Amino acid sequence: MEVNEVFEKVKTLFEEELGIDSEKINMDAKLEEDLEIDSLGIVEVVMAFEDEFEIEIDDEELTDVGTVGQAVNLLHSKL
Amino acid sequence: MKTVFVTGASRGIGKSIALELGKNYQVIVGFSNSKDKADEVVEEIKKLGGESLAVQLNIADRNSVDEAFNLIEKTYKNVDILVNNAGITKDNILPRMKDDEWNDVIQTNLTGNFYTTQRAIKKMIKNKWGRLIFISSVVGISGNQGQANYAASKAGLIGLSKSISKEVGSRKITSNVIAPGYIETDMTSFINDENKENIIEQLSIKRMGMPEDIANMVSFLCKDESEYITGQVIPIDGGLTT
Repeated sequence: MEVNEVFEKVKTLFEEELGIDSEKINMDAKLEEDLEIDSLGIVEVVMAFEDEFEIEIDDEELTDVGTVGQAVNLLHSKL
Repeated sequence: MKTVFVTGASRGIGKSIALELGKNYQVIVGFSNSKDKADEVVEEIKKLGGESLAVQLNIADRNSVDEAFNLIEKTYKNVDILVNNAGITKDNILPRMKDDEWNDVIQTNLTGNFYTTQRAIKKMIKNKWGRLIFISSVVGISGNQGQANYAASKAGLIGLSKSISKEVGSRKITSNVIAPGYIETDMTSFINDENKENIIEQLSIKRMGMPEDIANMVSFLCKDESEYITGQVIPIDGGLTT
């Protein structure tokens, strides 16, 4: 799967699971500051990623993930 | 129909909770050893037209908890309401208490509930609805001689529940503790008649508690109408702790 395909899926998940305005979602958007996802929201997002991409994400892998782009790259590397 | 998981539901308070909730929910009857008794509870619920399933687990063992939840999720998708009821006692006065007696009670009564709750709560967050109910004890509030381990574990549940209630309140998940007093079950069957009379003397309501007294409160806490009650400790003890 190409990076841009992963991004589109992530964008859809953010819209559907968390009700985030799609216009705000770009690769540079910060999860907490720009998209206002709280710590429980991150838990929801991770569960949604795991279901959608059929992967498992460890908490340690999330420590460097602060933006949509970093999340997309993490997912892309695991597929 | 919502799914309830009651741990320690083959007898006593847990059984009564399972039977009461069986009227309105799919009930998972969690048990550790008493398969026959758990099956009887399932049959009783089914006889009344409900849906139920018995699941064996040892809440003190995270792998066992995971396996039980995997099985439940395969059948019912997820647990909407978790009633953490399972518990053990290993009484001894503190100067004589063995490490095993301390550790076993803390591991099952406190850490075991951490395992079940952590496992259940993720799906509740996703669903933006959930009920966590911990069956503690008045002993966790007042203490009791010979039960330092049990009292510590039951007091620990209060801190656990109150903290969770603050973490997940934004997702319409409530977490509450029920603190039963002297309830007539196997666990209190060792109390002889004379001691029973002395206990009843201390109560405002002059009788021992029945498992149904607890089950009725659990039933209420499961409902949408209870959504503004969270982070609370509700003693049901005939007035013992007033």
